[in-house]
Amino acid sequence: MNFYIKYLIVAIGLFAFSGFFALFGVYAERKVSAFIQDRLGPTETGKFGLLQTIADVIKLLIKESIIPAAADKLLFMLSPAIIFIAVYMGFAAIPWAPGIAPSNLNLGLYYIFAILSIETLGILMAGWGSNNKYSILGAMRSAAQIVSYEIPAGFAIIAVVMIAQTMNLQTIAAQQGIMSSEKASFLGIWNVSQYGGILAWNIFRAPHLIIAFVIYFIASLAESNRAPFDIPEAESELVAGFHTEFTGMRFAFVFLAEYSMMFLVSMVAVILFLGAWNTPLPNIGSVRLADWTTGAAWGIFWTALKVLALVGVQMWIRWTLPRLRVDQLMNLCWKVLTPLAFVCMLISGIWRLWVM
Amino acid sequence: MFKNAIHGFSTAWKGLSLTIRHLFASNAKRKITPISNDNYFKSLEGTNTIQYPKQQLPVPEVGRYQLEVEIDDCIVCDLCAKICPVDCIDIESIKATEAFGQTSDGSPKRIYAAKFDIDMAKCMYCGLCTIVCPTECIIMTNQYDRTVFELKDLTYGFSDMTPEDAAEKRALLDKQVAERQAAKLAAMNKKEGEA
Repeated sequence: MNFYIKYLIVAIGLFAFSGFFALFGVYAERKVSAFIQDRLGPTETGKFGLLQTIADVIKLLIKESIIPAAADKLLFMLSPAIIFIAVYMGFAAIPWAPGIAPSNLNLGLYYIFAILSIETLGILMAGWGSNNKYSILGAMRSAAQIVSYEIPAGFAIIAVVMIAQTMNLQTIAAQQGIMSSEKASFLGIWNVSQYGGILAWNIFRAPHLIIAFVIYFIASLAESNRAPFDIPEAESELVAGFHTEFTGMRFAFVFLAEYSMMFLVSMVAVILFLGAWNTPLPNIGSVRLADWTTGAAWGIFWTALKVLALVGVQMWIRWTLPRLRVDQLMNLCWKVLTPLAFVCMLISGIWRLWVM
Repeated sequence: MFKNAIHGFSTAWKGLSLTIRHLFASNAKRKITPISNDNYFKSLEGTNTIQYPKQQLPVPEVGRYQLEVEIDDCIVCDLCAKICPVDCIDIESIKATEAFGQTSDGSPKRIYAAKFDIDMAKCMYCGLCTIVCPTECIIMTNQYDRTVFELKDLTYGFSDMTPEDAAEKRALLDKQVAERQAAKLAAMNKKEGEA
């Protein structure tokens, strides 16, 4: 019985976290975009406009939930839940700190990659169920985009898995710091198992993973439908794409899913490439910075810091780069990222065999 | 392909560095300067937002915004209402029995304005009425901000006559018209009688 209560509490905690992050994320996004464009952003509701998103949520909650007369009611009503649950379930396998993970799956990475693909299904359902030409266009673009970009993202991930030799995210995380059970070497030559810190992160253990990281990051932008890959909800062409017809709570869920997705893909990037919950500070002689800053609380702190930094980069990119055209999008995916990801995978094999 | 990729990354970085400069640039609130300031067209430092009700851009004293009527100077010629392209001026005139006063430029006033309404919701601020006005009693002011809760509050009334006054003047006019009619009739009857 206690077993179930514990998992229920963890699930509620994760849900509360994703809700809180969406609130904070929307506020941060509005402020970042405002400052980038030399505006002020929300200032009126609460100090510095901090309560603005809470006011927005209250507005969304009390709005009428409209189902268009011509909509496929079942698909229309189910799709926001499926979109959100797909992302939410991805959080289940993510490690936050040494020993702290909602579920320590030995196929965690595979599971996350699989469950995130379900989101496409929800988006297609939303587009089809709305019975609206803009929505179905947005949904089809989204499906094409996510399916395409899963290939470079997948091969970039495989490049890491070949180095790590495991799909258990907790193990992958532990390999990149002083808690590693095996030898970690900086650039494959200098044994840094005792030093830890930034030197033992995956992108420095095998430098070609920097390219894999960039590939994964670009692909993750596309998978979470963020600018510059936001053609599924291109405001200037498709109104709002697949979520045009949604109002009130259903719209809130689509929004919640988008921000949770941002956090989740950044978290996967951090775990695979940027040392997960490991500290960036190395041990220097008797100054045991890495030892001092490793632990459960520190782990959560470092994870949150790194993930929020990546989320910040996502926002920064969104408010800088213009949207790609469909052909440019596919060009980038199939002619640039996919071959590069193959090369990374190849180098990973060579690295594992002859260097590590 | 590599050339393209490198070009893509370098141009993306150019944009990204531009936006990050703005992100971490001064986020000072904008100081409001009038257009007469020498630095008005200089590129802005800090944010660009004018927080409107709290901050307002100064407008010139001779700004041409909302209409204002000096009703004492009005001779109720109705020219403004006739030229108005959107028919936002509504005048109801009552002829006076005799000249009852003078405008400040010396024109005699012979007509009362029982109603002189300007519907600011319709007004398109073209200024034609101010041009045709012979006594220059209708002018544009530098007032532009008027927010109301009822649409009818946007109809500005400039007439200073009470309905009782108007009724009295109307009765006087009717009486005079009736007297003149009677006199005319009498004169005609007399003429017919002579013939």
